[in-house]
Amino acid sequence: MTGELEGPAPEERPTPEGKRNSQGIRVDPEVEAEHEPRRTVISALVEHEPGVLSDVSGLFSRRQFNIESLTVGPTEDEERARMTIVVEEPDPGIEQVEKQLRKLVPVISVRELPSDAMRRELALIKVNATRPDQVAAVADMYGAKSVDASPETATVEITGSRQKIDAAIESFSQFGIREISRTGPTALARGTEDTAAGAPAAEQTSRQQPTQTQTTSDDD
Amino acid sequence: MSERAAPVTHHEAQDSESTDADSSPDAELETDATPVTTGAESVVRALENAGVEYAFGVQGGAIMPVYHVLYGSEITHVTMAHEQGAAHAADAYGIVAGEPGVCLATSGPGATNLVTGIADADMDSDPMLALTGQVPTEFVGNDAFQETDTTGVTKPVTKDNTFSTDADAVGDDVGEAFALAGTGRPGPTLVDLPKDVTNGETDREPSEPRTPDTYEVQEAADPEIVRAAARRIEEAKKPVMLVGGGVIKGDATEEVREFAIEHEIPVVTTMPGLGAFPEDHELSMEMAGMHGTGYANMAITHCDTLIGVGTRFDDRLTGGIETFAPEAEVIHVDIDPAEISKNIHAEYPLVGDAATVVSQLAEEVDSSPQATKWRAQCQQWKSDYSMAYEAPEDEPVKPQFVVEAIDEATSDRAIVTTGVGQHQMWACQYWTFTEPRTWVSSHGLGAMGYGLPAAIGARLAADDDQEVICFDGDGSFLMTIQELAVAVRENMDITVAVLNNEYIGMVRQWQDAFFEGRHAASEYGWCPEFDKLAEAFGARGFRIDDYDDVAETIEAALAYDGPSVIDVHIDPREDVYPMVPSGGDNGQFALTEDQL
Repeated sequence: MTGELEGPAPEERPTPEGKRNSQGIRVDPEVEAEHEPRRTVISALVEHEPGVLSDVSGLFSRRQFNIESLTVGPTEDEERARMTIVVEEPDPGIEQVEKQLRKLVPVISVRELPSDAMRRELALIKVNATRPDQVAAVADMYGAKSVDASPETATVEITGSRQKIDAAIESFSQFGIREISRTGPTALARGTEDTAAGAPAAEQTSRQQPTQTQTTSDDD
Repeated sequence: MSERAAPVTHHEAQDSESTDADSSPDAELETDATPVTTGAESVVRALENAGVEYAFGVQGGAIMPVYHVLYGSEITHVTMAHEQGAAHAADAYGIVAGEPGVCLATSGPGATNLVTGIADADMDSDPMLALTGQVPTEFVGNDAFQETDTTGVTKPVTKDNTFSTDADAVGDDVGEAFALAGTGRPGPTLVDLPKDVTNGETDREPSEPRTPDTYEVQEAADPEIVRAAARRIEEAKKPVMLVGGGVIKGDATEEVREFAIEHEIPVVTTMPGLGAFPEDHELSMEMAGMHGTGYANMAITHCDTLIGVGTRFDDRLTGGIETFAPEAEVIHVDIDPAEISKNIHAEYPLVGDAATVVSQLAEEVDSSPQATKWRAQCQQWKSDYSMAYEAPEDEPVKPQFVVEAIDEATSDRAIVTTGVGQHQMWACQYWTFTEPRTWVSSHGLGAMGYGLPAAIGARLAADDDQEVICFDGDGSFLMTIQELAVAVRENMDITVAVLNNEYIGMVRQWQDAFFEGRHAASEYGWCPEFDKLAEAFGARGFRIDDYDDVAETIEAALAYDGPSVIDVHIDPREDVYPMVPSGGDNGQFALTEDQL
C-alpha cells in the first residue's frame, strides 16, 4: 500500500481531555450522568386510519425502543384514536421515542404523561373452579367481577393499575391459573389537563431532558 | 441541455374541450386541460399541478393506467432499464433540482426494485416521490399476480406512504405526497395505486399539492437559545462550523458562507455537505469523518465550540462518540427535532430551517470569536496533513491524479456523481467542490450502483452548460451498467470515469487491514472491458493505461456530445487514506496502513 500522506503519527498528536459517554453526552467527572431506564407512559393522539398501528409498532421495532405495552382505541372524535404506550428506557431514549413518534405524519400529538395520570389496565383471569367460594372472595377483595363460570373454570374481569392486577394474579394463582389476557394500561391526565393536546408537533420540542424520575403512582 | 433528445412521450392535442374548467366558478385551478375522468388522470394532473417536468420509471401491468395518461402529458417520462435506476435517477434529480424527483414502477417486482433507491433517499433526506402500481383492491391480500404489500415493505424507508383507495382522492394523495417529500426535512414519499383506483371514474380535480394538517415544520429557532448560542460563539476560542447536507437541501449556503466568513470560523463539511462551502477558501477544512482530511478531523477533535448545521452526526462522521469533539459545546441547528441529541448531545439545540436559524444567529452574534491562534493552528494542520500523493510516471495511474485531472478540465459548476467505494472517497478528497448541488452520491445507505443512474437524473436537472461527471468503480458500475442504454437512447452528455482496479476495492482495503489480507470475494479477475462494453451500448468508450493518455483522453471524452465511458486502469494497490477505523477516534486517523 502507498500511504504517502505526511504528518505526525497518531501517538504523537495531542489528545483532548474531555470525554463523552456512549450516549454522546458529556461526562462530567464530578457529576457523572447516569441514565437508568425508567418506566413511563406516553400518550399519542393519532389519525384514526388503517396502518397507524403498524407505523407506530414498526417504529418501535426498528429503532429498538423497549416497549412494554401498547393500547389503542377510538376517542370522542371519530377521526382520531389514542394510543397509550408504556416504555422502559433511559431518559434520552424516552425523549427519542417522543420525537420519533412526532415525525410520523398521522401522529397529531405526543406527550409523556405525568406520574399522577390515571392508568387502568383490564385483565381477564381464568382459574380452576374447584373452590368457587374462595375465588369469589378473592375477586371481591380486588373488586373483580365474575364474567364466566363453568364446572371446571371461573373467569373474572379486573381493572386497575398494573400493580393491582399483578397482586390479584398472585392471589388467584392459589387456585391454579389456566389463562390470562391483559390489555396493558390505557391512561388519561387528571383534571382539566389535556392528555395529548392537538397542539402542533413542533411546538412541543422541549429543550430540557425530562427531569421527572418517579416511575409509578398508583391511583388505586 | 442541448444534447437532450426530444421527449420520449407524445403530446396529444388536449385543447378541444377546455372550456369546462375555465367557466366553473368553483374550479380551484386555472387550467385549460380537459376535466379528469379517471383516477389515473387525476394522478397525472396532480403531478402537473406540482410542476413536475420529468418522471423516471419502468412500465408494467398495474401502473399501465397511469402511463396511459402520462403518454399524453407534457411531463417527459424517461424509461429506465431497471426500477432501481429509476429511483436513483429521481433521487439525483431531486438533489440537483431542489424539488422532488418522481419515479414510477409497477406492482410487485417493480415496486420492490425501487426499494434500494427509496431507502437511499430516506437515509440522505433527498426529496423524492415514488408512485407504484398495485393489483386491484379486490385482489389485495390474496397473493395476486405481481402483488406485494408495497406500503408495508417501504414503511421503514419512507418519510410517509399512502395506500390510495379512492379515485376521487387519489390525485390529492399524490399532491400531498409530493408536497411532503419536499417540505421540512425532505425525504421519499410513496403512493401505492391500485389498478381499479387509477382506472376508476372520477370528475374531481385534484387540489394544489399541500402537506397534511398534522405536518408542521418549525421555521425559526427559540430566540432564547439563539441568544445563548450567540454568546457561546462570541466567547469561543476554538470554533468550528460543521456543515451538513441539510445546508444544501435547505438552501442555506449563502447564509452559512456569510456567517463563517464574517466571523472567520473554520468550516468543516460532512460528506453530503460537500459544496456548501467553497473548498478553495482559506477557512475551509474540507471533509471530516472516516475518510475525511486529517486537518478536518483535527479541527473537530480539538474545537471548543462546534456549530453543527444540517447534520445528523452519522457514525461515519463521528467515529466513536466518546472521542467526537470531546471538548466542545455543541450548537446543533436542524429542522428535525428528533435529530437533536440523538447521537450527540447538543448544549444549544436550535430547531428550525437552516437558512432562517443561521440568519437568526448572524443577527444575534455581536462580536467575532477571538480565535487568531486557533485559525493559525488549523492552517498548520492543513500543511501537516496535506492531501499529497505520489504519482511516479512508471507506475500504474493513481486514481487521485485522474480525479484532479478531470476537475481541472471542467468548470466549477460541473456535477459529480459517484457509485460507492474507494473511487467515491477519492472523488470526495481530491475534487475541489465550490458550489452546492454539484455533488450527488449515496451517503447514508452506501448503495453501490448509484453513480450511473444518478448521472442520468442529474443531467436532466442540470443546466445546459454544466458537465455531468460520474466517477464509478468497476464493481459499482457493473451493478447498474444497463442504464447506459438509457443514456444512449436519450443522448445524454455524461462522462463516466471508471476507476478500475479489478477489485471491490474498499472491501479489499478492509480485508488487508482487518482480515489478514484474505481477499475473499473482493477480487474481480474477470472484469469486462468497459470501453468496449460502452461501445456495444452505443456510447463512446475510452481507455487509460498510463499517464500519457490521461489529459488527451479526458479532453476527448468531455468533448463528445453524448455518453462516454473512460475505463481507467488504476494502481490496484492504491488505498484510501487518511482513515479512521470504524468507531475510532477522529483525532487518531491513520495516514498509512501501519497506523491502523
